[in-house]
Amino acid sequence: MDKMPKWADIALIPFINLLLALVVSGLVVLYIGESPLEAMAIMVRGAVGTAYGWGYTLYYATNFIFTGLAVAVAFHARMFNIGGEGQAALGGLGVAVVCLSIPWPHWSLALLGAIAGSAAFGAAWAAIPAYLQAKRGSHIVITTIMFNFIASALLVYLLVNVFRVPGSMAPETARFAEGTHLPNAYDIAPWLGFSRSTPLNVSFLVAIVACVGVWALIWRTRLGYEIRAYGHSQTGAVYAGINPVRIIMISMLISGGLSGLMAINSVMGEAERLVIDPVQGAGFVGIAVALMGRSHPVGVFLAALLFGMLYQGGAELEFEMPSVSREMLLVIQALVILFTGALDNMVRTPVERLFLAMRKGS
Amino acid sequence: MDFATLIQLLDSSIRLATPLLLACLAGLYSERAGIFDIGLEGKILISAFFSASVAFTTGNVWLGLLAGVASSMVFALLHGVASITFRGNQLISGVAINFLAAGMTVVVSDSWFSLGGRTPQLETSGRFQNITLPFAEQLQGVPILGPIYHDLISGHSILVYAAFLIVPLTWWLLYRTRFGLRLRAVGENPAAVDTAGISVVRMRFTAVLICGVLCGIAGAYLSTSLSAGFVREMSAGRGFIALAALIFAKWRPWYALMACLLFGLLDATGSLFQNIRLLGVSVPVQFMQALPYILTVVILAGFVGKAIPPRAGGEPYVKER
Repeated sequence: MDKMPKWADIALIPFINLLLALVVSGLVVLYIGESPLEAMAIMVRGAVGTAYGWGYTLYYATNFIFTGLAVAVAFHARMFNIGGEGQAALGGLGVAVVCLSIPWPHWSLALLGAIAGSAAFGAAWAAIPAYLQAKRGSHIVITTIMFNFIASALLVYLLVNVFRVPGSMAPETARFAEGTHLPNAYDIAPWLGFSRSTPLNVSFLVAIVACVGVWALIWRTRLGYEIRAYGHSQTGAVYAGINPVRIIMISMLISGGLSGLMAINSVMGEAERLVIDPVQGAGFVGIAVALMGRSHPVGVFLAALLFGMLYQGGAELEFEMPSVSREMLLVIQALVILFTGALDNMVRTPVERLFLAMRKGS
Repeated sequence: MDFATLIQLLDSSIRLATPLLLACLAGLYSERAGIFDIGLEGKILISAFFSASVAFTTGNVWLGLLAGVASSMVFALLHGVASITFRGNQLISGVAINFLAAGMTVVVSDSWFSLGGRTPQLETSGRFQNITLPFAEQLQGVPILGPIYHDLISGHSILVYAAFLIVPLTWWLLYRTRFGLRLRAVGENPAAVDTAGISVVRMRFTAVLICGVLCGIAGAYLSTSLSAGFVREMSAGRGFIALAALIFAKWRPWYALMACLLFGLLDATGSLFQNIRLLGVSVPVQFMQALPYILTVVILAGFVGKAIPPRAGGEPYVKER
């Protein structure tokens, strides 16, 4: 018998965790001398009150869906892929290579090419830590952290020495050609009131497809079953004839590929060139998103939306309440990771007891 | 390279190795007790901020150090509560602590000083001064040894000497005392320690708090000795390099010293020489910056001496019933 109903596990506990994180963040805002409720109102209004706000909220959410799914897939095989930052940066490199080397006739073809390029580069960057974990037992968390730093050094080197436009001081690639311009929300649905420069683009749809794909993979395929089995019990999975090396490699390659895909949104869809830090911490947000979303694509989608709102709302907050700096976002993000990830048992145990007591009572 | 440049390079290596060494030893206590800590970075950062701001407001660098250590210990305690009391995931807790520090330092410093995530520049009284060792001036004229003593060994802040003294202290504590034996045992086989009637929870909390103290000193060194004030993200990945050094040293104190000096030397070389030519090939600065991480991956891969972490590391201890 389960200790508590399923809805409590997937909805009530994350909700309480989120509430705790927001309450503590509110205390920080209060300490600074501003009203938390007013700050909240500004954030919500800034994120979803206008078409402009939605354009940014969903743009950020797209990034977080990709990185969140990446962390989630690795979680299912009980691996903590903390290297989303580096994998997404390499994904950006993949997008840049694809977009700059081929004169694409139409954006749809360019998008397919960029999807392949970013996923391949992201997966390749995850492949080395995965191989070391599978074959040599090197802890994947440490190696992926190291690979984040190596990726950022590599990217700086390439942008300064290889990709930089001759005569320009800025360490970035040339602007991608017109043929790779992804239609944004204005191009697709101008009647919704999006402005011409809105960053939300077709990558959002790709992200939704990725959610469905990950769901189908994890819960509807043999491979997904094997990944979950391996995540639940490694010895049990080996006993059942599942090859651990194969599971580690495949799940990490998928995870790295998903991280890399983030670049089609940020590099191809928004910046249209590769800049020095194309990821902007989204790889780490993916950890919070996957934890909150309980590693389920629907949960990841909703959590990514929430973080998209936080990021866009936070930008508005900085504008309207200058005493609250943008880094408040990092605090909220940290508290969400802390309460949903590390302090989960703090909430879970009392809630379980409560449900047990209620059951006995009835 | 002439002798003076060499001395300058080594001197700068020592300065840059000090925060790494303190953080590396901090991680050593925690991980030897079975608590993974990827939150070293965050604890360094929070301490750097609090020591700089308290040193600025009071004009007393020692009060600054105290505040920095206290703030770092609060974060260490948080890590302990999450990973020992509530048996949460230690890695996730560490990630949260890093973000909390990165965010809080900027949010609070903006509110206190309104300088865009910085503290004001520290005056002389707010910083640790460099100490001139006895006879350093008199011996300066002696060839070779004179400059080594005067420029390399003498003339660092007290925290540098403290950091280097903590290495033998840690070795002694770990391998020559009952406390050290228990600490190591709790990281290898907590059940055995528990059977012997020693509280696993208490040992682990002690280790985590020692880790907090040392990270606190590392942070204070960054903002009140190496530089004069706090700037956002000033830890700049040092917590992770320290983690790398810890693996490189295979969780042993003397090797930790060697690893940190090596990484300090790499850092110093990278910042002293913009262009390094090795065997006719110019080595990019970025490669020098990435080298500690690359070396760690190579070590982790086990091709050059395998690094085996404490066996119970990362797993919460659950008493059998």
